Amino acid sequence: MPAAPLLPFERPIRQLEEKLAALEADPDPSSHLRDAVRALRREIREKTREVFENLDAAQTVKVARHAERPQTRDYIELVFDEFVELHGDRAFGDDRAILTGFAKLDGQRVLLVGQQKGRTLKERTECYYGCAHPEGYRKALEKMRLAEKFGLPVVCLIDTPGAYPGVGAEERGQSYAIALNLREMARLKTPIVCCVIGEGGSGGALGIGIGDHVAVMQFAYYSVISPEGCAGILYRTEGGATPANVDRAANALKFTSDHLLEFGIIEEVVEEPPGGAHRDHRAAAGALKESLGRAVRELSGLSPDELLAHRYERFRRIGQFEEAVAAEIAGDASAEDATTASST
Amino acid sequence: MTEDTPPTDPVPPHGAGAQRSGNDPPKKRGVPEGVWVRCPGCGQTVFRKLVDERQGLCPECDHHFYISARDRIAHLLDAESFEEWDENLRPSDPLGFSDRKPYAERLVSEQKRTGMPEACVSGRGYLRGRPLALAITDSAFIMGSMGSVVGEKLTRAIERATEQKLPLAIVSGSGGGARMHEGIFSLMQMGKTCAALGKLNEAGGLFISVLTNPTMGGVAASFASLGDVVLAEPKALIGFAGPRVVEATVKQKLPGGFQTSEFLLDHGFVDRIVSRPDLRGEIARLIDYCSR
Ligand SMILES: [Zn+2]
Repeated sequence: MPAAPLLPFERPIRQLEEKLAALEADPDPSSHLRDAVRALRREIREKTREVFENLDAAQTVKVARHAERPQTRDYIELVFDEFVELHGDRAFGDDRAILTGFAKLDGQRVLLVGQQKGRTLKERTECYYGCAHPEGYRKALEKMRLAEKFGLPVVCLIDTPGAYPGVGAEERGQSYAIALNLREMARLKTPIVCCVIGEGGSGGALGIGIGDHVAVMQFAYYSVISPEGCAGILYRTEGGATPANVDRAANALKFTSDHLLEFGIIEEVVEEPPGGAHRDHRAAAGALKESLGRAVRELSGLSPDELLAHRYERFRRIGQFEEAVAAEIAGDASAEDATTASST
Repeated sequence: MTEDTPPTDPVPPHGAGAQRSGNDPPKKRGVPEGVWVRCPGCGQTVFRKLVDERQGLCPECDHHFYISARDRIAHLLDAESFEEWDENLRPSDPLGFSDRKPYAERLVSEQKRTGMPEACVSGRGYLRGRPLALAITDSAFIMGSMGSVVGEKLTRAIERATEQKLPLAIVSGSGGGARMHEGIFSLMQMGKTCAALGKLNEAGGLFISVLTNPTMGGVAASFASLGDVVLAEPKALIGFAGPRVVEATVKQKLPGGFQTSEFLLDHGFVDRIVSRPDLRGEIARLIDYCSR
């Protein structure tokens, strides 16, 4: 852990950890020292809980993007018993920002689709920091259709800042590729379980995010726009996407797991180990495995028709609006006239 | 969702620029007020009445000016045939969001300025005698962006088209993509509208998508791209990422005509480019080809 880059709010925890390391360095501790070590360990646990229970949205984004945070590749090792990677979109290429293949989850055969950001510079460059091109979305859809054909549940791990905004991506139909996935996933006759494990960056995340059960990890986020993009628009006249403005935008967008659950956007928040997934990959993987396995088991009891009806309703009900009564429409069509007749 | 506003021209006279001033009286016509108007296409000053008479086309160069959803309905549908759906839906402010001003206030000023309760108008009518479900997103209202109301109106229109076995046309004019101000609720409207289109598709219904200037971000990446037939007005800006974002990412000058209707046609994502006065005839013909 010592090599991990330190987030500013992790500093008090790190200081305690250094103190602990110093005490533990004593080869022949007195009973008094052993008591101190025990007390310090408790203090670290409490401090960690205190800090991470009170993260704001801007700090959560930093945890979600932490360089040591487990990625799809890590979860392939820690959550699944086997992974048989399947490459290629049968049209253009093999996008490394989205990995697809057969996998075993608790002995259950599934089809895994996972966005991969990469850790080394070489890997990050290969997979465009987790920003998929149209071929990535097409590959995901091809393999999902394969899963449907053989009755395998689909598991999608979402972790992307957004779909890639480049010339080639536009030429090859980024909009169409994402749109088609939204429509086809909504009608895919096999269970789909999704979890946002890090960044849920707008359409690029939703492009593999139409599921029957959608979870978000505790310190992940899921948003219509990146905090940087939002800040660029909101504070254009105040310096644009400066670090301070990005933090402000993050807090305005209410995209953290607690809000998403409260809004009815997701079914579940997957709790992370104290101090975040980056401090304990194994514990994070354990929680993710439990959530995915449970969701797959629950959904496997539904018939294809029930599954599709449930999935349709799941997205159909999302939206907050008001319905004005007829008499008021005749008058001034302004918001003040609207009654709060309905709000979903 | 798009981090760009489109370049100056496509923005209607009471589009993005007017987002900053909330006190103007509602304008009924898309073409700027005044007798003369300067055309961003050819740079000439043209007689406004002539532009209006040509459904918002420049008499010199055929530049397509912005037109409102109401004008669009008048151009496309048979006179007096339009029955509006869900005109009582009103936006709310689920996040308590604030940009340069609180979203709740922005909604009120947009409503006053445009005379519309939201960015989408939907309903049914007749097009040269053919029954049709029609929905339009109007780029004058917060860039035509999709929040909960736009998503809900479109979804209901798609569902009714499916139930009533009506051909469906959606005319998109949405530079703002999914509406930032409603956060995750806006993003989910992409899924909601596409799920409804999935059912329409399975039921064998016809969906004609008409892309107009501009159609970007979460609108382009959802319902607007999924037409059985995709039409586009000439020289419209259509794409996923805003051009400035793309430019900043690739750090090079964008190719000429990037993200225009013609670019999409060349790359295989638009079936036909159709000039506005021809849309009515084109849609009628497509309905006839695709009727059972
Ligand atoms: Zn002109």
